[in-house]
Amino acid sequence: MTAGAQERRPSAAFEYLTTRKDEFVGWARKFSLFPYPFVTACCAMEFMSVSSTLYDTDRFGAALPRFTPRQSDLLMVVGTVTHKQAPILLKVYEQMCEPKWVIAFGVCATSGGFYQNYAALPGIDKIIPVDLYIPGCPPRPEMVIDGIMKLQDRIARDRHPIINEKF
Amino acid sequence: MSEAVFEQVLEHLGGAALDASVTHGTLAVLLEPSGLLEAVRALKDTFGFDMFLDVTAVDWPERQPRFDVVWHFYSTHRRVRVRLKARVPEADATVDSLTGLYGSARYMERECHDMYGIAFRGNDDLRPILLYEGFVGHPLRKDYPKQKEQPLVPYRTSEAPK
Amino acid sequence: MTLQLPNPIRPAFDKGSSDSAVIVNIGPSHPATHGTIQIVAELDGERVVRTDVHCGYLHRGFEKECESHTWHNLIPYVDRLNYCSALINDFAYCEAVEKLMGIEITPRCRHLRTLLSEYSRIADHLTCIAAALMELGAMTAFLYLVTIRDYIYEHLADLTGARVTYSYGRIGGLARDLPEGWLKRLGEILDEMDTFTGRVHGLVDRNRIFIDRTRDIGVISTSEAINWGFTGPILRSTGAARDLRKDTPYLSYAELDFEVPVGIKGDNYDRYYVRMREIDESAHMIRQLMEMLPAGPLCVDDRRCTFPEKTLVYTEIESLINHFKLVMDGPQVPPGEVYSAQEGANGELGFYLVSVGGGTPWKVHCRSPSFVHVGGVHRMLDGYQLADIVPTFGSINMIGGECDR
Repeated sequence: MTAGAQERRPSAAFEYLTTRKDEFVGWARKFSLFPYPFVTACCAMEFMSVSSTLYDTDRFGAALPRFTPRQSDLLMVVGTVTHKQAPILLKVYEQMCEPKWVIAFGVCATSGGFYQNYAALPGIDKIIPVDLYIPGCPPRPEMVIDGIMKLQDRIARDRHPIINEKF
Repeated sequence: MSEAVFEQVLEHLGGAALDASVTHGTLAVLLEPSGLLEAVRALKDTFGFDMFLDVTAVDWPERQPRFDVVWHFYSTHRRVRVRLKARVPEADATVDSLTGLYGSARYMERECHDMYGIAFRGNDDLRPILLYEGFVGHPLRKDYPKQKEQPLVPYRTSEAPK
Repeated sequence: MTLQLPNPIRPAFDKGSSDSAVIVNIGPSHPATHGTIQIVAELDGERVVRTDVHCGYLHRGFEKECESHTWHNLIPYVDRLNYCSALINDFAYCEAVEKLMGIEITPRCRHLRTLLSEYSRIADHLTCIAAALMELGAMTAFLYLVTIRDYIYEHLADLTGARVTYSYGRIGGLARDLPEGWLKRLGEILDEMDTFTGRVHGLVDRNRIFIDRTRDIGVISTSEAINWGFTGPILRSTGAARDLRKDTPYLSYAELDFEVPVGIKGDNYDRYYVRMREIDESAHMIRQLMEMLPAGPLCVDDRRCTFPEKTLVYTEIESLINHFKLVMDGPQVPPGEVYSAQEGANGELGFYLVSVGGGTPWKVHCRSPSFVHVGGVHRMLDGYQLADIVPTFGSINMIGGECDR
């Protein structure tokens, strides 16, 4: 059945509708991000700044933090993750449902920052896949907003094929 | 004013003080590890050093005995500080615990044990506090390489994007 | 498919003390634990019977890092200890090294360090109160205070180049002098801050809900606080007027006129109010310092630690070599040890330095107030309700970087 479906060429109208559907789903997802702020260290100060009035993430729909991974789709890892904290990060990531995205906020989450020693995890992409890296120690709020906008562009461009190998 | 209380403390300690000096406004006294508890009790009860600030250790790998355990005390009334030091060898890195006298000693002794491996006799709760279960070694010792990581979660091997 | 992950801690108890007791784990990724603290609480209904507080999830190896950097290069690490008031850490560390080297800083530097310490203290108290109030539901107060804190961050970015972690202190002085118009903007920010804190007072001080949630909650007595090592606003909230700025004056505090606010009962309300009053006192001190700021050189003219002028480095060989040695080897600090403490925003922030001569330290130990407070917080949590853990923990201002170092 699936082999036959791949050989069948969809009509132009069908492709138009699926493209519109993808754009619609992308638009809905990118403007309703529910972040889970996995906050550890100094970057939390910039996270608080970017969430409040002067640089607002509410404009992007990404303001309402869901403090449980079950209800959120954007995991923002803010600050250094140490080896002691790594199992907790992995557990939180696994508890989130698809679709989910991960932002590594700050250089410590990106690569360990300047803590290259026995205690700090050298970047969270060693244990979970990351979609967006925002460097900075801590990054300016404008950089964070720029990063969120880039992530929104990527979410908007995602294709959601109706018929794929998992059909 | 602080010199007076320092002289009184030294007079009280007498021969127990192997070495004493006043540097940067703080009295530093070197003691035998066995004389620690009595000296601290005297500091607390007689001389009013009611706040226990800190316990830490210094590692001198070339020297025998290897570790210097350092305690700092503060008197809120006289506003002076005292530093006590004791030398312990690596083979028997044990000193008395101050948890019976000061509540704040609990966590600070746990940290010193974590980082240097100094055991505190009388503190029955020496679980790792800054490090985690399963960490082998004492990182602040000079022979622990700085970048030797002991990850709890194995690293991802696949570089393919999600 | 179950995920098996190792447990990084060993709780002190895993069985309740009675049949109806339930053991609940709060944290370490939790909105109200300010980062990375884990509280294993035994509950009897809603009442907390006993707690076991675990920290260390942000232990980044500060001391070990410091042993492989020069005395100058480790200033960014020191910054990230108490990241809410980063300048105080800088100055406390630089003062300790200056004591070891026997350097006396210039009057302008001394006054400026005092001014910036108080400014950082304001930022820290604003952050603590904003977070504590937000957790009780007062979102408006959070937004007011974080707006002012943002103005402070932008203003300090004009001076130092960074918003949160500045690395502005230098051994023997500061990184650079004030830009033009900085003091004028400082006056404007302080005036605006008075308005905003006035609004927060109006919203919260006599609010029935706030009083019910914080009065007589998390009470600790003075003698117990001293025994468990509490310093700073927590000790002052119990009624003891202990403040290192008054008791053992350092920098320019002896020349300033300020009061030390104290509480009456040692509960959460007192801790909130002591911090609000300390913000006012700090603003008062800053206004005095703005008048008193002398002209003159900023950094001490000592080639052991102060970098020479860039124009001289490019033209004179002695300055070039001096600059090179300072960067590559670090300032040569004579052998010795020192414990130097300042009044941080949370209490006594002490640095114990051991030097064996040379440009790298043998040991840099930070006596952090947050760590000691986390050791004693169970005295304020046991016996109260589960919901009281949130305001009590918020009121002790546990900063993860400082606690775990």
